Amino acid sequence: MRPVRTLGAVMAIGVVTLAAACGDDDGKSGGTPDGKAVTVQAANGAVNVPAKPKRIVSLSPTHTETLFAIGAGPQVVAVDDYSNYPAGTPRTKLSGFKPNAEAIITHKPDLVVLSDDMDGIVKSLEKVKVPVLLEPAAKNLDEAYDEIGDLGKATGHEAEAKKVTDGMRADIQKTVAASSKAKGLTYYHELDNQLHSVTSQTFAGQVYGLFGLQNIADKADKASGGYPQLSREYLLKQDPDLIFLADTKCCGQNAAALTKRPGWSDLDAVGHDGVVELDDDIASRWGPRLTEFVKAIGDAVQKVQ
Amino acid sequence: MRGQARLRPLPLAVAVGLLGATLLAGVLVGSAGLPVGGVLKALADRIPFVHVDSGLGVIDENVLFQLRVPRALMAALVGGMLAVAGAGYQGVFRNPLADPYLLGAAAGAGVGATLVIALVPGDPGYAVPLAAFVGAIGGVALAYLLGSAAAGRGNGTATLVLAGVAVSSFLAAVQTLIQQMRAEELQRIYSWILGGVGSADWHQLALVFPYALVSTVVLLAHGRLLDVLSVGDEEAASLGLSASRVRLTVLVAASLATASAVAVSGLIAFVGIVVPHVVRRLAGGSYRIVLPLSLLGGAAFLEVADLVARTVIRPGELPLGVVTAFVGGPFFVVVLRASRRQVDT
Repeated sequence: MRPVRTLGAVMAIGVVTLAAACGDDDGKSGGTPDGKAVTVQAANGAVNVPAKPKRIVSLSPTHTETLFAIGAGPQVVAVDDYSNYPAGTPRTKLSGFKPNAEAIITHKPDLVVLSDDMDGIVKSLEKVKVPVLLEPAAKNLDEAYDEIGDLGKATGHEAEAKKVTDGMRADIQKTVAASSKAKGLTYYHELDNQLHSVTSQTFAGQVYGLFGLQNIADKADKASGGYPQLSREYLLKQDPDLIFLADTKCCGQNAAALTKRPGWSDLDAVGHDGVVELDDDIASRWGPRLTEFVKAIGDAVQKVQ
Repeated sequence: MRGQARLRPLPLAVAVGLLGATLLAGVLVGSAGLPVGGVLKALADRIPFVHVDSGLGVIDENVLFQLRVPRALMAALVGGMLAVAGAGYQGVFRNPLADPYLLGAAAGAGVGATLVIALVPGDPGYAVPLAAFVGAIGGVALAYLLGSAAAGRGNGTATLVLAGVAVSSFLAAVQTLIQQMRAEELQRIYSWILGGVGSADWHQLALVFPYALVSTVVLLAHGRLLDVLSVGDEEAASLGLSASRVRLTVLVAASLATASAVAVSGLIAFVGIVVPHVVRRLAGGSYRIVLPLSLLGGAAFLEVADLVARTVIRPGELPLGVVTAFVGGPFFVVVLRASRRQVDT
């Protein structure tokens, strides 16, 4: 979901409040199966959610993936336009970027999950007494796990959520451990064909950081909050060992297209199989499919040398 | 008082020298930091029958000839076209504040580019400049048709400006609407609007050059006629000149130049108004002077602006439209203060 970046500046403000709000692991779990309301700590404060909500609306593709992964899928009645995974989600015309309170309410939700508070949507829904969980884009892996835990708690699937996060942790650890060759290799992560990239500070950048990869965008981030646009000269000069394309869907980029860019065909990565075509969604969501993103990086590292 | 002055050799030589110097600077400086000696040798190596070993590696050669040289040429081309188009518009409207975007070229290009970015999945490639070009031409044509229809048989320049305002507002609204519907493409649309020549390559240059050449030649050929027009329509008619035909020809040529510039560089404000104005202040107000010197001056100005854009926060880049206003604004004030020459247009 590219707009996570597009609207990064807007969200940065929201995210600041997250650090305090997330990671509520002090054992205040409510939610017995036979139903008392539970309280979940989200970015919009402590939210009271009725036990086992049955009409969940998700306006965030990441959270949609999580809800289905932890077994709350059957409780989800509507998701936004971009919630394209897993297959068979109840997609509607609802938008996470221009959310419309009335359109959401027509689905009679007993829980709304979203990752961006655009246009004051959280306040609007709170006014009409609809429980809203604001779980913004995770800034690091721990926050991502926390959010999965939050959703588990809110939907009555705490055990499954824990199973998912435990599995993710183990999986990611295994992949990283098997990729010791990555240390010191340089990489470039492409968000679009305008050469927008991510630095090590961003969520995606930290995932690469697990492998000890060196990010060429770090030196370029003067004023762009982690998402700099690199100059084409700089990129050629840096000649990274690995190029990760997170714009295969949005912008139709692939290894073949790179050879057509002026001067790119002589790059190391382009000449030596160092171009990795990622699925845009997997590379930008912080949900259960993170393991696939990590695995793609691991595979790429194995191929280099 | 504006005489029927001709372009003298000295200002022309100064302008040509300035453009040459800025072009060279544009090729020598960049975020990849190539060695100056190597670049000069590599350039000399390209002169027929000259062989110099530049000592640059493959990557460096690519940076120089695939990125930097076409980009420098594109900046000069776009700057020259915007400035000469601005001067042409000012002649047609007899108003030094007319600018190449006056009749809806910018708004039309914006709609065209936004439509393609928002609706074409994947990499639209050259569809974006093409759509911007068509949109710019379409916007101006629409304004012209509206203006002519409304003006009847009178002197229609004021009506034409109003039609341009109406068309621009309408198209801007259309563009905003498309953006609202495809919020996730905002960044790509936004970066196009902010303008820049960072994506220039040889192919793009070849695409836009013929339009630039034709429109520039037509504009430069109309310098004397614009001088006559500036005296007034009756005088022009008594000299056997059809004011409306001259206006239309210049408008078409200037709009073509603007459309080609917009197509490859997005919206770069400021150049079209300020450069001709500076030329008037420094060299005189006759269009036989203003048109050619604006062409050269605009090219040099945008070359410098692009140099600033790609070096100030290197290896990142600033949008070119921001730099033109940032650098151009103060510079303009200095010129206004320094020259007390009265220019009536």
